[in-house]
Amino acid sequence: MSLEELAQIRDKVRSKMNIREADPNNIRVLVGMATCGIAAGARPVLNTLVEEIQKRSLQNITVTQTGCIGICQYEPIVEVLEPGKEKVTYVNMTPEKAVRVVSDHLVNGNVVDAFTIGAAE
Amino acid sequence: MEELSLHILDLAQNSIAAGADQVKLTVEEQPSNDTLTITVLDNGCGMSAAQAEQAADPFFTTRHTRSIGLGLPLFKMAAELTGGSFSLHSAKGKGTQIRGVFRLSSIDRMPLGDLNGTLLLLIQCNPSTDFIYTRICGNRNFELDTRRIRRILGEVPINRPEITVFLRKYLKEGDLELKGGVYLDESGRACSNQRQGEK
Repeated sequence: MSLEELAQIRDKVRSKMNIREADPNNIRVLVGMATCGIAAGARPVLNTLVEEIQKRSLQNITVTQTGCIGICQYEPIVEVLEPGKEKVTYVNMTPEKAVRVVSDHLVNGNVVDAFTIGAAE
Repeated sequence: MEELSLHILDLAQNSIAAGADQVKLTVEEQPSNDTLTITVLDNGCGMSAAQAEQAADPFFTTRHTRSIGLGLPLFKMAAELTGGSFSLHSAKGKGTQIRGVFRLSSIDRMPLGDLNGTLLLLIQCNPSTDFIYTRICGNRNFELDTRRIRRILGEVPINRPEITVFLRKYLKEGDLELKGGVYLDESGRACSNQRQGEK
C-alpha cells in the first residue's frame, strides 16, 4: 500500500460519489466515546460497526462518536437514530452484539430488544 | 483501561473537545533507555495555569454533568506506576501537550494494545481534525499524516469506507516495516509493541 495507490482509490471513489450525499433517510449510529465508554470497550464496538457496514456496502448509515451520556454503568452504549422513528439505545455492547445489531436492526429493521436499555433495567 | 492505546484515544478525545483541528500523537520506544514515551500535542483552546495545575486531579473537571474527571489522572497513574513520569504543558489559546514516560520493562506497564484501532477510530469520527501520528521504535520510525492524505484525496472525504480500508492496510504495513529486520536492543531483546512474556 503506497500513497500512489491512494490516488487510484480516490479516482474510483470520486466516480461513484454524490449518490449518497445529504440523503434525508440517513441513519445515524452513535457510540459513547468518553473515558467511561473507552474503558468499558467502546473502541472495538465502534470499529466492528464500521467494518460490518463496509462489508455489506450499506450506503445510508453514518457511524460516529458521542460523549458521555451519563449512564456510565451501561457502557459501551450505542444509539441508533432513524428519521421518523424513536431512538433506540443499546447497552453493555460487545463486538459480537454489534454484528447482530447491524444485521437485524440496520439491515432488516428489527430492533434487537434483548440488548436495549429497556431490557437491561 | 487495559491498554495504553486506550489512554491515547482518551487523551485525543480531550484535544478534540478542546476544539483542536490538529493533534500530534507520538509513541516512542527506546529499549536502550528502557523508555516508552507517549506524547499528545494539540492546538486546542489550552488551559489557564490554574486549570493546568488541577487537571490531573480526579476531583477536577470542566464539564457540568458531574464533578469528577478520570482521564488524565488514570494516565498519570499508569505512567508513575512503572517508575516513569508525567508532564502537562498548556497555554491558554494555544494548545496543550501531555506526555507520559513509562519504564518499558516494568511489570506494571500496560501493553500498548491496538494503536491502529485507536487511530482509525479517531480519523473516522473526526474527519475535520488532522492527526499526525509518529511511531518510533529504536532507530526505525513510521509516520501517518492526515494532512498529506487529505491533499491527495482532494474533495473525497477521508472517512469514506474505501479510504478507511486503505488506511487500515497502510498502518498494518507500517507496523511490519517497524518490526522488519527486527530491531534488537543492547541486551538482544526484540523491540516490538508486545510486552515481554506475551510474545
